[in-house]
Amino acid sequence: MSLFLFKRLATLIGTLIGASVIVFLVLEILPGNAAQMLMGPDASPDAVAALAAKLGLDQPAWTRYWHWIGGLLTGNLGDSYAYSSPVIDLILERLALTVPLALLAMAFTVVIALLVGVTAAARHNKLGDVGLMGMAQVGIAIPNFWFAIMLILVFSVQLQWFSAGGFEGWGEGIFAGLKSLLLPALSLAVVQAAILARITRSAVLEVMREDFVRTARAKGVSQRMVLWTHVLRNAMIPVITVMGMQFSELLAGTIVVENVFYLPGLGRLIFQAISNRDLIVVRNCVMLLAALVVIVNFVVDVLYAVIDPRIKASDI
Amino acid sequence: MSSTVVAPSAAALKVPGFWRRALHHRSFVIGGVLTLLLLLAAAVSLVWTPWSPYEMDMANKLKPPTGSHWLGTDTYGRDVASLLLVGARASILVGVIAVGIGLVVGTALGLLAAAKRGWVEEAIMRLTDFSLAFPAILSAIMMTAVFGAGIVNAIVAIGIYNIPTFARITRASANAIWSREYIAAARACGKGSFSITMQHVLPNISAVLIVQITIRFAIAILAEAALSYLGLGTQPPQPSWGRMLSEAQTMMFQSPLLAVFPGMAIAMAVLGLNLLGDGLRDLLDPRLARAR
Amino acid sequence: MPLLQVKDLHIELQTQRGPAEAVRGIDFTLERGETLGIVGESGCGKSITVMSLMGLLPSNAKVTGSIRFDDTELVGRDEKDMCQIRGNRIGMIFQEPMTALNPVHTIVRQVGEPLRLHRGLSKAEARKEVLALLERVGIPDAASRLDAYPHQFSGGQRQRIGIAMALACGPDLLIADEPTTALDVTIQKQILELIQSLVQERGMALILISHDLGVIAQTVSKMLVMYGGSVVESGPTEAVFARRAHPYTQGLFAARPALGAPRGVRLATIRGSVPELVDLPKGCPFAGRCSYTIDACQTTRPPATMLPQDHAVRCIRLEEIATKVAVAS
Repeated sequence: MSLFLFKRLATLIGTLIGASVIVFLVLEILPGNAAQMLMGPDASPDAVAALAAKLGLDQPAWTRYWHWIGGLLTGNLGDSYAYSSPVIDLILERLALTVPLALLAMAFTVVIALLVGVTAAARHNKLGDVGLMGMAQVGIAIPNFWFAIMLILVFSVQLQWFSAGGFEGWGEGIFAGLKSLLLPALSLAVVQAAILARITRSAVLEVMREDFVRTARAKGVSQRMVLWTHVLRNAMIPVITVMGMQFSELLAGTIVVENVFYLPGLGRLIFQAISNRDLIVVRNCVMLLAALVVIVNFVVDVLYAVIDPRIKASDI
Repeated sequence: MSSTVVAPSAAALKVPGFWRRALHHRSFVIGGVLTLLLLLAAAVSLVWTPWSPYEMDMANKLKPPTGSHWLGTDTYGRDVASLLLVGARASILVGVIAVGIGLVVGTALGLLAAAKRGWVEEAIMRLTDFSLAFPAILSAIMMTAVFGAGIVNAIVAIGIYNIPTFARITRASANAIWSREYIAAARACGKGSFSITMQHVLPNISAVLIVQITIRFAIAILAEAALSYLGLGTQPPQPSWGRMLSEAQTMMFQSPLLAVFPGMAIAMAVLGLNLLGDGLRDLLDPRLARAR
Repeated sequence: MPLLQVKDLHIELQTQRGPAEAVRGIDFTLERGETLGIVGESGCGKSITVMSLMGLLPSNAKVTGSIRFDDTELVGRDEKDMCQIRGNRIGMIFQEPMTALNPVHTIVRQVGEPLRLHRGLSKAEARKEVLALLERVGIPDAASRLDAYPHQFSGGQRQRIGIAMALACGPDLLIADEPTTALDVTIQKQILELIQSLVQERGMALILISHDLGVIAQTVSKMLVMYGGSVVESGPTEAVFARRAHPYTQGLFAARPALGAPRGVRLATIRGSVPELVDLPKGCPFAGRCSYTIDACQTTRPPATMLPQDHAVRCIRLEEIATKVAVAS
């Protein structure tokens, strides 16, 4: 197991380094003079030069890169150009909203997808299967921000159960905070749940065709128990792969959904920073997102080994 | 757990009765109809729309559906139905070019990786891995923000994101073809990698690519809508379904229907393409071709 | 009263080309402790027959006739009752040991499952019984391997585990569907001997399916020869082996490769191939492939002719064939 973990960790670190290089290249090198971009085309050359010096842009790329990496590891991410405050504080503040949002959305996704997927597989080729899968197809096609707007229309405008946006903050208590995150989490979850439900269904159907299912039934295990105790765990392997990828889709989705609900989260920060051309914030936030994605993939890999005892042995 | 996914094969197209089966396949038919509607909307908009989508009429703004404005009017009095028709053009344009970029470049890379193997393949695969570590919408937003908003940059951003996906899929399918015996036979006859790729590999993976094209087209439409919603995609006055949604959101309390129609249009287009892709995947299943 | 009595069993399956009869009127009985073998080519209906005993056919299969197990009717029994019979009163072993076990459950969990299900044993109690079972079926070092996973065992060992699972609750009937086909020849012998000793020890009835006549000869006292969903010949193993009355049976015996045959001798085969279920002739299923076919064979189902020792054969040209064979030898 430890060799397995070690290999995975090495891949994790390697990918993080690679990602950081790409982020740096795209944001620092490609657009040319970053200071020029920040100030716009009609700024005076002196002002641009001054800003360039302030941002350390006069140093060679290598130095800047190491400076940044060093900063990442020590927690000093520099100051935001637009907000004139330390980037690290900004990010932490926003994470306090986005991480619970993403987790809540993931929870919704998993619960809905498993229920729908397993039920559809159990009613294979009957009306329930076709109906549920039809709904899943529609779910995949719906843009998550449109679903968000529809939710607001129904639950805020018509029924007035929820506010149309904004975040109470955790100061008012956990329940109030979760209430403001409910509709956003649902909007994020619906598309991912639809995708995951289809995958769950086909994974379950494939496992049901395996020999050991017949053996279990020959032992007198009922069809329903076979599904939940024998089939599900075997079907989870492809399902968990997809779940890992979906977490990154969820995080990305927060960029749009937080805008719909005016939530002061990481996604909204990224978007505003990009609009403000606040490159330091953008660079660090993107790196953070990429890191979260890579870490989630790592967790998924480890989960494989937990679920499937054959994987530890073969040690890819 | 081994995954026995059977790749679609263009051989199934040549089996007699393909169109008969196709017209009986539920997903294919519904998907085909919706996709045709999309194409039709865009085509029709080139010659006629009920009103001009650019014409503002403040006296008649925010009207619900009536006899003269079939789907109502928006904040500036523009006819929603006309906006939807013309907006279809933006969606299709983005879809075609973005998928085209991904298809051409990505497939080339994938074929190269499968043909050369070794470090070339490794390098290409590592690159695609890194690119795929970034969620699509994020890459698109970064690129449009850095290089400027607008439909051209949006197309490029989305297109670039399609490259790693097509590269991976092409490589996987091409590898499967390369390991087949008739390839070894062709090699033994002295054929070079390039001609083998062009004459044998590419035709055999064409079905996989066709299915992917429909799926990526749908994703491109969603991505364009998201970018336009954020203001980074199609710019005014060019109509775009995504931007219609963001304008509608500000008027939610006064005119709730405004937000419904553009979203429905997007959903129907995406649904149509997805169903079409699903249907094609089933119909091009080589198992059915062999069963005859 | 016999343990198992099957009368006029018909099973209709849905195939790609429409419904087809996979089993066409089978009768047999099995007493407690008796051993029965079923021989035939792939697709003759042997597996379908035993799956119907277990009630494990696909939901669109139609079963008519009677299966009386211990004087209760199994045909049309509801699923809940069947669940109580499977793994409890009737145990089954399958052909492919490599895929028959759930890869993500431990051995002790899988073998203990019927015990906990049917006899309500606790985890600890089940664990003890499982250990005893595994030792009985010959798993070396069983005590330390209870929490191991299937992939850590060889094919032969997995089959032993399968046997342990099937016997856990002490069933009256054990069904073994080609239990040794997928195993090495040396392991085959061991597994067969294991099954035999267990069957004798516990007084179980055994139905053994095989396409290998040698296995049948060694293991069972009665046998059925099946073709195209019908039983063409049945009776005590010795009698069937000695007389080989039905042309199909003769073909099967002739097709065995013989050690010590001179070089260049072609292997004998039965001419033609097994038709698809929907294409089987209305009368005798072997009509057309059989070298003694006459017109009547195609239209009417042959009635059973009884030979001494309860030996039944379904062929209308029985006497002529017997004479010809006697003359030839």
